[in-house]
Amino acid sequence: MFRHFGGYLILMRQVFRRPDKSKVFWKQLLVEMQSLGVDSLGIVAIISIFMGAVVALQTAFNIDSPLIPAYTVGFTTRQSMIFEFSPTVISLILAGKIGSRIASEIGTMRVTEQIDAMQIMGVNSANFLIFPKIVAAMVFNPILIVISMFLGVFGGWLACITSGLISSQDYIHGIRSWFDPFGITYAMIKTITFAFLIVSVSSYHGYRISGGALEVGKASTKSVVYSSILIIIFNLLLTQLLLT
Amino acid sequence: MIEARNISKSFGDKQVLKDITVSFEPGKTNLIIGQSGSGKTVLMKCVVGLYEVDKGEVDYDGRIYSSMKIKEKREIRKELGMLFQGGALFDSMTVQDNVMFPLNMFTKQSFKEKLDRVNFCLEHVNLEDVNDLMPSELSGGMIKRVAIARAISLNPKYLFCDEPNSGLDPMTADHIDNLISEITKRFNMTTIINTHDMNSVLNIGDNIAYIHKGQLWWEGNKEIVMRSNNKELDEFIFSTELTKRIK
Repeated sequence: MFRHFGGYLILMRQVFRRPDKSKVFWKQLLVEMQSLGVDSLGIVAIISIFMGAVVALQTAFNIDSPLIPAYTVGFTTRQSMIFEFSPTVISLILAGKIGSRIASEIGTMRVTEQIDAMQIMGVNSANFLIFPKIVAAMVFNPILIVISMFLGVFGGWLACITSGLISSQDYIHGIRSWFDPFGITYAMIKTITFAFLIVSVSSYHGYRISGGALEVGKASTKSVVYSSILIIIFNLLLTQLLLT
Repeated sequence: MIEARNISKSFGDKQVLKDITVSFEPGKTNLIIGQSGSGKTVLMKCVVGLYEVDKGEVDYDGRIYSSMKIKEKREIRKELGMLFQGGALFDSMTVQDNVMFPLNMFTKQSFKEKLDRVNFCLEHVNLEDVNDLMPSELSGGMIKRVAIARAISLNPKYLFCDEPNSGLDPMTADHIDNLISEITKRFNMTTIINTHDMNSVLNIGDNIAYIHKGQLWWEGNKEIVMRSNNKELDEFIFSTELTKRIK
């Protein structure tokens, strides 16, 4: 455990160095934004719409008391999406999608000596490979999460009007009620922290492997497991820190 | 000239290199030969700095590489080119981008200048019209040649080749050997080749170091390797039916 933590810190020291060539870094950053961010839009959109729809329907079904106004459904859906579902659940999904991709990409480069080739050339391979990924995820994941929030709320609205459980006006009234912008700040802090954890932990597992294809598979699995566990732990810590 | 002095290296309890002292001369193809598991790849990785040595030092033309800091090592590494056993081309890049990679990282040349250099290097390894191909579209021999082109793109002083003709047919292997030898002489590079291919030994072995059980067992050249009177070396050289018949 301590050996891994030490190895992780040493790797991060190598990662957070000034890039060898800034022009190459910016080019890599755009490539990573495409592969880690834009390519994840589809899965984020689908999951968010359905998640929002389910939250809205469950809330509507569980409100029995006539004292609770109908617009509570819209309010609850919005709060759930902003506070928990978009930043945490979508980050867990991304840990599976981009975490395994990063670990297997870097792991394959390690076992096929591509990383050694970079080092022989005098390139800081950790910085070249990992730094643009971290920056790309920390910049693009908040965009994905904001899109997820909107789509989740939209999914809830769609479910409500198609099922006829509550009216469109009530739902919209709900999502406009008691809005606190700090909720967005809280979600963004969580998202950026989770983005860093997903990429750095996955990169560490990919970068340190030795062996062959089997090890790449193991590293990929480990990266998803560890980053998911860390997301859950940091979710609790950040919630405790920011909301209490 | 590169000199490795008193190099020892262990992995856990297993000592792989035992007090090896060997020198590699410029303008010559220096071969490290030995059986699989004898420690020749570990020796090469110690010399290029991919492994830290436990004992001893590596000297690049008077610069003690093994005791340098990472930043200083990086400067020397810009003078190195290395051809890996599997080529180690970057999967996500085209042939052109692979060969251009070191130029992008360490020069301020314009795209036109870099492209000219890429085409010059590819022509030197007898490859044309492959710039836009991906590594997955190349044959084994082409991968090795692109890797050589990438290794020489920055005009290195030192060229390292780890089993350059493994997995290749005899004709392609011979071609790769001749190519490396020709490049070495033309650019006066210090070339070090790891191999257990006897054709390479007899074809391009200007200097030969035989490693046996992690120790330097014999040194010489292709003219005298066949009549060394060294028991272990003879066993290694004359282990195939072909070499037995030649003998």
